[in-house]
Amino acid sequence: MPVKYVSHDLETLTLTITAEFAAPVQRIWDLYADPRQLEKVWGPPSHPATFVAHRLEVGAKTTYYMTSPEGEKYHGYWVLTQIDEPNGFEFEDGFADAEFNPNTNMPVSKNVYRFESIASGTRATYISTYATQEALEQVLAMGVVEGATSAINQIDDFISH
Amino acid sequence: METALEDRTDALFHALADRTRRDILRRSLVREYSITALAGFYDMSFAAVQKHVAVLERAGLLVKRRRGREALTHGRVETVRSAATLLNELEELWRGRIGRIDDLLARDD
Repeated sequence: MPVKYVSHDLETLTLTITAEFAAPVQRIWDLYADPRQLEKVWGPPSHPATFVAHRLEVGAKTTYYMTSPEGEKYHGYWVLTQIDEPNGFEFEDGFADAEFNPNTNMPVSKNVYRFESIASGTRATYISTYATQEALEQVLAMGVVEGATSAINQIDDFISH
Repeated sequence: METALEDRTDALFHALADRTRRDILRRSLVREYSITALAGFYDMSFAAVQKHVAVLERAGLLVKRRRGREALTHGRVETVRSAATLLNELEELWRGRIGRIDDLLARDD
């Protein structure tokens, strides 16, 4: 498995994941820089992603949507805040309406992606921080939550308390 | 278990035992909906949807707020899932992404 390290910080709602890929840093960067490659990996098979605009430049706005099995579209956007080609980039990820106007009722998540060269290829570190549980919930609704998942998790939580 | 907790558990299981109510909850966790808007998703009357919303509300899964003459429903994330559960699910989403990156890179060779 390429995943080497995972850390959950419940206080700051931060997920950190480190993975190692058998490809050079530039190849990983190119994958993220190319919207056609990025959309192949971004959404789970049940909720494919479509990137409408995407450029890895400071201040650029990426726009994308994900499509649920029922055909509902969830729109999102990134604002690129730091770029260090090919070593990584930082962006804010938020929700948008169908015209890609940011939904200001929802907090944005902050994301830091770092790629470093190692003997076997690239070590990638992904850090995502969410301001609230609601923000995290909405991300998960775009691709993870099935009708019954909420119910099952709730039951788990309830029993464990 | 205390009676109050037992009652709450009953209300919760009852609320989640119905497919339409689970669907209403899922939608309301993502954004606010009026009951009229929710009714548009199902082949049932406004009154029937209103009853489903009331059941979810009693179980503490939904809250309503008024906007003019409309009542907007919103899911209560804290009742549904703890922060720990949310991070676990996010991890799964990320593991999926990393696996797909690995597959895509394997096709380079």
